[in-house]
Amino acid sequence: MHDGNITIDSISKIEGTAGLEVTVKDGEVKDLKFIIKDYRRFYTEAVKGKPFMASPSFLSRICGTCSVAHLFASLEAIEKSQGIELTDQTNLLRRLAYDGLMIRDHALHLYFFVLPDVLGIDSILDIPDDHDDLGHTLLHDSFDIKRLGADITDVIIGAAIHAPIPTIGGFLKPPDPSKFPELVDRLEALRPQVLRGIKVFYENEDELIRNEDYMCLRNDESFEFIEGEVINSTGKRVPEEQFHDFLKLVVVPYSQSEGYVFSDVHEDYLVGSLARVNFNKDLLHPRTLKDAKTFLDVFPSNNVYHNNLAQAIEILHCVDDAIDILSEIEIKPEKPAQAERKAGVGVGVVEAPRGILYHMAKIDDKGMIEDYDVIVPTSQNQICIEKDLKRYFSENLSKKSEAELKYDAEKIIRAYDPCMSCATNFLTIEWIRS
Amino acid sequence: MDSVDTIVPSKKLAIGWFSFTCSEDSTILLTELLNDHWDEWKKVIEFRHLRSLKTQNSLKDLDVAFIEGAVSSEKQADEVREIRNNSKYVVAVGSCACTGLPSSSRNDFLSEEMNEKMKFYMNHFNYSDKVKKLADVIKVDDMVEGCPMNVEVFLTVVDKYLDIFKIK
Repeated sequence: MHDGNITIDSISKIEGTAGLEVTVKDGEVKDLKFIIKDYRRFYTEAVKGKPFMASPSFLSRICGTCSVAHLFASLEAIEKSQGIELTDQTNLLRRLAYDGLMIRDHALHLYFFVLPDVLGIDSILDIPDDHDDLGHTLLHDSFDIKRLGADITDVIIGAAIHAPIPTIGGFLKPPDPSKFPELVDRLEALRPQVLRGIKVFYENEDELIRNEDYMCLRNDESFEFIEGEVINSTGKRVPEEQFHDFLKLVVVPYSQSEGYVFSDVHEDYLVGSLARVNFNKDLLHPRTLKDAKTFLDVFPSNNVYHNNLAQAIEILHCVDDAIDILSEIEIKPEKPAQAERKAGVGVGVVEAPRGILYHMAKIDDKGMIEDYDVIVPTSQNQICIEKDLKRYFSENLSKKSEAELKYDAEKIIRAYDPCMSCATNFLTIEWIRS
Repeated sequence: MDSVDTIVPSKKLAIGWFSFTCSEDSTILLTELLNDHWDEWKKVIEFRHLRSLKTQNSLKDLDVAFIEGAVSSEKQADEVREIRNNSKYVVAVGSCACTGLPSSSRNDFLSEEMNEKMKFYMNHFNYSDKVKKLADVIKVDDMVEGCPMNVEVFLTVVDKYLDIFKIK
């Protein structure tokens, strides 16, 4: 039985700065606080009164690792506010760039943050320089996967981080199609490496069962990150523009971020890869469905650690989707679509790597931002992370050593892949026992 | 006899990497640079403090501290000073550390633009009145500007300190 106050100052290998306080009294968990600690930058206030043209690039600076998601959500919100229709080529190239984002971002999380847990080591820096070592093989797989994801975004939108080419209505310049065949060859060569990673995360036996409430975008035609309606576990469908009304904001007084629950039942829900694969696995690319069939049989799953497996499978889907687009698309010269400037409100909802990302832009008749709102995935997951951790500690307090509990808490939080700024670095846990 | 490629220097450059208020894009870029520089850097660099990649970190006796992000509170300022006191050199990385922007955008808000929600967070979590660039708080020896950091400049700075410490 644990007594007294215990503090862990820093848990690493997550995205951003957060804390965890566990209060134990008389052998029971009395309170648990998951505390997001990144300082706010008030970017949605900073864009007010500014021309809408500049806002997407500025708002992509919300996050380093998923800046493309913020960029595309902001572009979509403003385009819808102005009634701008995109060409098929623009939609397809954005989807392709998004494949690159998912490949790189998921690989960073899975191989740099989670893999050490699977291998039983502290860090990828501890992986031996031994070509026969599985960790060495997987680490070098990750370099190839991340590099190729970044190269796709480089070719299509100019950079993997804060991409300069996408603009309202399309692209400032079309990509160079002469670079596509090499990308296709590299993607094909990458598939066995991606499948090796999927098998590793499939065979990982960690388990934490959570409730059955999830939410994600669904497009009945394809496994989609950009277009679709929001669906939840009851099958309820909500158009993107009504998504905000579907949520109830919860002020979390000890956290720098708000939390969210379903507006009707006030229940917590999870967004992210686990939600997407649970709801949309039937829509994955046919090659992914065929080659990952065994691994997909575990879905739908309520095991939090299967978020890692779902991300690994999404990498394969994005590889296969990118191969198709790069092989088939014929690039035509196009200028960004434009429309007469007008007052209006637009909503852009996309699936960021970590789940549903919402941007709302209200524009005045002079083309200035009158109001702006952003809801990020980790804010939505915050309350369920807290509840699931509390359940874990309650069930294991008397069964596991303090060191095991701390280590498992870190692993569980990493499995959710939270993004606090939304971004990286350390988490502080403070245990308060009395 | 070892080939030149396999000789590992007796001393490695002890570096720390730290993030404060920013999008942490330069940290992400660092993880991307590892795709191509892993084998080279493992021989000459000890990542003594790098919370994005390891749990067991130490601030002690750093040769070079790379710091990204602006400083939003006195608590962060104290942390930055502690890093300075434990590092022979400090390099500001990325636009927020070098110039404050864009994280310091709130410095330009007029008082009437500060709504109750903003005031709640600033008061409740002890924000400083102004967001500061790194050089406003501690001495900075080098800067790698850019949003995210300029890769060529960063690699040049790394080589510079490897030379200073006679590591390669």
